[in-house]
Amino acid sequence: MNRRVFRRVKSNAMVGLMVVAVVLAVLPLLFILLNLVAKGAGSLSVAFFTREPVPAGETGGGVLHAIVGTLLIVGGASLIGLPVGIAAGVYCAEYTGSRLAKATRFLADVMNGTPSIVVGVFAWTLIVARQKHFSALAGSCALAMLMIPMVLRTTEELIRLVPNSLREAALALGYPRWRTSLGVVVRTALPGIVTGSLLAVARVAGETAPLLFTALGSQYLSYRLNEPMAALPLTVYTYAIGPYEEWHQYAWATALVLILVVLVLSLAARLATRRRFTANG
Amino acid sequence: MATSSLPTPEAPATAPPASLVGAQHGDRVFRLLLTTAALAIPLLMGFLVYELYTGSALAIDRYGLGFVTGSTWDPVAEEFGAAPLIFGTLLSAVLALLIAVPLSLGVAIFLTEFAPRWLRQPVAFVIELLAAIPSVVYGLWGIFVLVPLLKKVVFPFLRDTLGFLPFFQGPIYGPSMLAASVILAIMVMPFIMSVAREVLLAVPNSQREAALALGATRWEAVTSAIVPYARSGIIGAVILGLGRALGETMAVTMLIGNRHEIAASLFAPGYTMAAVIANEFSGAGTDIHFAALTYVALVLFVITVLVNAAARLLIWRVSRGAPAGGTGL
Repeated sequence: MNRRVFRRVKSNAMVGLMVVAVVLAVLPLLFILLNLVAKGAGSLSVAFFTREPVPAGETGGGVLHAIVGTLLIVGGASLIGLPVGIAAGVYCAEYTGSRLAKATRFLADVMNGTPSIVVGVFAWTLIVARQKHFSALAGSCALAMLMIPMVLRTTEELIRLVPNSLREAALALGYPRWRTSLGVVVRTALPGIVTGSLLAVARVAGETAPLLFTALGSQYLSYRLNEPMAALPLTVYTYAIGPYEEWHQYAWATALVLILVVLVLSLAARLATRRRFTANG
Repeated sequence: MATSSLPTPEAPATAPPASLVGAQHGDRVFRLLLTTAALAIPLLMGFLVYELYTGSALAIDRYGLGFVTGSTWDPVAEEFGAAPLIFGTLLSAVLALLIAVPLSLGVAIFLTEFAPRWLRQPVAFVIELLAAIPSVVYGLWGIFVLVPLLKKVVFPFLRDTLGFLPFFQGPIYGPSMLAASVILAIMVMPFIMSVAREVLLAVPNSQREAALALGATRWEAVTSAIVPYARSGIIGAVILGLGRALGETMAVTMLIGNRHEIAASLFAPGYTMAAVIANEFSGAGTDIHFAALTYVALVLFVITVLVNAAARLLIWRVSRGAPAGGTGL
C-alpha cells in the first residue's frame, strides 16, 4: 500500500519538476523580449530609421545604413541561395535514387552543421583574399551558403509529401516531366517551400559571424555591393562591445529592430505552415 | 536512369508529334538545370575543405599536429597552439549541455506525455521562437543583463555553497566560462527540445498503453517504456545540440572573456575556437597568423562534422523504425 502511494507521489513530483523545467525554459524568452523593449524602445524615433550614425559623443544618429545594408546583403544572399537551394531540393526529391542526390543530401547535412564562422572563413579565403578587399557581395555569398542546405531539406521533404497520384495524373494527361514537376508537384508544395524560404531568410538575417570579415561593417550609408557595408547584426555587435554609454543604447534599439525583423519573418512563416498542416488534418 | 518517363514509342513509324519533341527538350533542359544546382553542394563543400586546407597549409607545415596540444598563442612571437581554445570549446559546450539537457528533455517529455492538449502547441511554439533570436542579441542580453545577474547573485552563491570544489573558487569576473555556458544552454535548448519532441511523438502508442496496462504510473511508463524506446533518437538530439554549441560564435565571444588559458575555475575567463576566429581574423597581420586561424577553423570544422555525423546516424536509426534503445546497450 505504502509502495503504491510512494510511486504515485513520485510520478506527480516528476510532473511538478517538468513544469518547473517549462517555466525555466520559457522565462529567458520573456526576459529577453522585455529587456529589449524596455531598453531599446526609448531610443526608437523617426530619426533612428532615417539617419546615418553620428560620431561618438553626439546624439541623434540612426541606423539607416545598417537597415539598408541588411536588406541588400540578405537580398543578395536570397537571390543566390534560394534558387540553388530550391532547385537542388527538387532534384533530390525527383531523382531520389541517383548517386548525386544521395551525395547532395548527405553533404547538405554536413553543410547545415558547419559553424557559420567557418563559412565566414571560407568566404574570406574564396572571395575577399582574392579580391583583396572586403565586400557586401562576399557577405551575401557566405549567407547564401548557410541558406542553401536549409532550403534544400525543407523543399525536398515537402515535395515528398505530394501524393504520387498527382504526378501520375499529370503524366497520364501527357504533361512533359518538367511541366509535371513545376506546374503540379512544386506548385502543390509551394506554400511550404515559401515557408521554408522565409525561415531561412529570417535565420540568416540575424547572422553576424559570417559577415565579420566579409561585409566587415561600415559607419556610412552605402549601396555598393563591392565595398564594405553595414548590417543590423554587425551594428549591434559593434555598439554592444563599444565603450560608450550611447552606443549601448543604440545597441539595444538596433537589436530591437533586428529581432522585430527576424520574429515577424519567422512568425509569418510558422503561422503559414501551421494553418496548412491543420487544414490538411 | 530514365531521362524521360514519357511513353514515347521506341521506333516510331512516323516522326513523333512536334509537341513531344519539344517536351523532351524541355525535360533535358529541366534536368540539366536541377543537376547543376544539386552539383553546387558537393562542389561548395569540396571547395570549403580545399580552401581551409590550403589556407592553413603554412601553419600545418610549421606546427603539425602539435598545434592541438600547444598552449601558447602569441601572434607577435609567431607561436600558435590551440589547446586552450579546444579545451574552452569543448568545456563550454559540455557545460551548456549539462544545463540544457535536463531542461529540454523535461519540457519535451512534459509536452508529449503530460501537458493538456491546449498547452502543447503554444509552449512548443514559444520555445521554438527562442531558436529564432539571433546569436548577437543573446550576446547583448548576456553582457548587460545575464552577466551582472550572475556576478552579483549566482556566482557568489555558488562560491559560498560549492566553494570546496576547484570549479567554484577564485576571483569572480563577470565574463567567464560559466557565463558563456549559461547563454549557450539557453541557445541550444530549443534545438534539443524540438528534436527530442519529434522523436517522442514517434513512439507508438502501444508502448504507452502496454506500460500503463501493467500498472505503471505515468512517470514509470515514461522511464520504462517511452524513453528507452526513443533512447538513441534522444541521444541524437543531444549530440545535435552539442554540434550547435561547439560552433556558436557571437554570444560566446561576447561573454567568455577571451583569455588563452586553461583554468580550473569556471569563474575564470576562457576562449573558444569560434571566438578567436571572430576576434582576430580581420585584424591578423601576418600570413602565419591567418594560417593559424584558418587551421583553427579546419579543426573546428572537423570536430563539428564528426559530432553531427554521429547525431544523424543515431536519429536515422530511430526514424528507420528500429527500437534501437532496446538493443543498443
